[in-house]
Amino acid sequence: MSIFTRVNRRSLTPYMFIAPAMIVMAIVTIYPLIFQFWMSFTNYGLANLRQGAPAPDWVGLENYVKILTSELSIPNYSFLRLFLYNIFWALSNVTIHIILGVAIALLLNHPGLKLKRLYRALYVLPVLIPPIVVATTWRNMFNQDAGAVNMLLGLVGQVFRIPPETFQLDWLRQVEDPISFIPLPLSYYAMLIANIWLGWPLNAVVATGALQAIPKDLYEAAEIDGAGKWASFKTITLTYLRPAMVPFAIYGFVVTFNLFSLAYFMSAGGPFGRTELLVTQAYRLVNERQLYAVGAAFAVVLFVILLTISLITNRISKATARYDDF
Amino acid sequence: MTTSKRRSFREPSLLTKILLQVAAIGILITVLFPIIWVFSVSLSPLNLIRPDGLNLIPKDATLEAYLQVIERPTGNPVSFFELAFNSMKIAGGTALASVSLGVLAAYPLSRLAFRGRTFIMLVILGVLMLPAVATLAPLFVTLNSIKLDLPILGAFNLRNSQLGVGIAIVSGSLPFAIWNLKGYLDTIPRELEEAAAVDGASQMRIFRSIVLPLALPAIAVTGFLGFISGWTEFYYSWMFLTQPRDFTLAMALSAMTGTYASAIPWPLVSAFSIMLTLPPAIVYLLSQRFITGGLAVGSVKG
Repeated sequence: MSIFTRVNRRSLTPYMFIAPAMIVMAIVTIYPLIFQFWMSFTNYGLANLRQGAPAPDWVGLENYVKILTSELSIPNYSFLRLFLYNIFWALSNVTIHIILGVAIALLLNHPGLKLKRLYRALYVLPVLIPPIVVATTWRNMFNQDAGAVNMLLGLVGQVFRIPPETFQLDWLRQVEDPISFIPLPLSYYAMLIANIWLGWPLNAVVATGALQAIPKDLYEAAEIDGAGKWASFKTITLTYLRPAMVPFAIYGFVVTFNLFSLAYFMSAGGPFGRTELLVTQAYRLVNERQLYAVGAAFAVVLFVILLTISLITNRISKATARYDDF
Repeated sequence: MTTSKRRSFREPSLLTKILLQVAAIGILITVLFPIIWVFSVSLSPLNLIRPDGLNLIPKDATLEAYLQVIERPTGNPVSFFELAFNSMKIAGGTALASVSLGVLAAYPLSRLAFRGRTFIMLVILGVLMLPAVATLAPLFVTLNSIKLDLPILGAFNLRNSQLGVGIAIVSGSLPFAIWNLKGYLDTIPRELEEAAAVDGASQMRIFRSIVLPLALPAIAVTGFLGFISGWTEFYYSWMFLTQPRDFTLAMALSAMTGTYASAIPWPLVSAFSIMLTLPPAIVYLLSQRFITGGLAVGSVKG
């Protein structure tokens, strides 16, 4: 308690400061959350929205049961598929982001590279672009007839005398899986490319910061001791990178897990809802289907999933605490 | 032996240098490719049905797409500046509300011991975990139930108004602002405040003349982040607003190129994307040092 300024325990001062924010939060944040919890046990729908409409009926756990057993009356809905795809989407993206981020940070940190400052400044440009612009731009880039990706592939193909018709890929809507033994649609790969473009720069920034904190004489000492490049990378570089990268990877996982813009604007969840994420499904339930009660229950399920994820990641970040804490 | 090894550590060979430069330029091309593509499509004439190749400067390059965007970017009779003014109102209003309420709440949470402090922190942390989409249904239903029949202004539905969208945004941005500002205040040394308290200054006085000036960088950063997210806010405005005069920039972009657009007006979408991106990007680049400094300090401490 000593770190806090001692005030009279009965003093009202703290409450005076905090009251305005708490009153606003109670009305616009807490009340809707409680209301949402109540809604999730009813059949609140479009009919209950009109003024003077009757109160919705209490249906108990029906919404939850329907969500978890995939019995919602909407097309292409499967809870298990959504959940597994969502986890895989976040994991695959974050893994690639970190590997690329670290590799490019190593490049930017190499003593032989000229114009480092220029590259560093230009590499973070994707981060400055609003998510909705990133998503719509990549949607257009992957357009079948006029998108830049197919045109670029066509140009590269010309070098190898492959006719340009080969590269008329319908990236965002093709139904058949491009790699027959991996059950992922082509739109997953399109969004993966877009999100790699968007995601690695911040990882590189964080990794660069961690790399610059490594004392140079450690490498010289390792070299004198006869350690090879790979050995000193493993023992010195990775050791120093870990405390910075693990929390950022966890942060990146949560952000990617809830990444609304790409799944909503690029593929619109297609084909057949196979690239839908939990957040875009939650939005569609409320916005397109007007299933307010189901949407409320879905949000509660989403909350439980995110709570579980953060409890697990908390343990991971504790297990990989700073190297100087040991 | 040792010296030559040391030199090889410091001085990479010419071949290494060239390879490094090639790799860095290769990466730069992938970073810039989509940006340059959008820029070059935005210079195409308006009657272009679709881009027919990768040209840096397209045939018959013109700025008519930009003029059209300024005048009337979508089918609705609204100009770019009307859309931008709506986005500005929502972004500025929500940023101002959440930062001013947030800094008041962050101060006692960071500095004062009082009953209920831990509980409030836990509630805020729990709320922060939820993505904005997760409170869509109750906010829509609740705001929709507030309807007034005003004598002059006519029927008013809070849900179908920018004020309603603003309220929905604040529901998520206020907890974030409190948390971020509290994290920053935790890093400011307490000596000045203790000295002031010894001299008999009241809590209000300490807050106004010591804490507030010291917290300015974090207040600016939190406000900037709030503004950016409000500037391109999509979920609430897309679902709540139905009158074209209330529409925002993000809604217009989505209407032009989103899921339900039939044909893409390529030059128009590209010019619009650039005009939507430039204001926040310029502000960011101008205040980069300030922002990254404030962010680093504010976010390290949880």
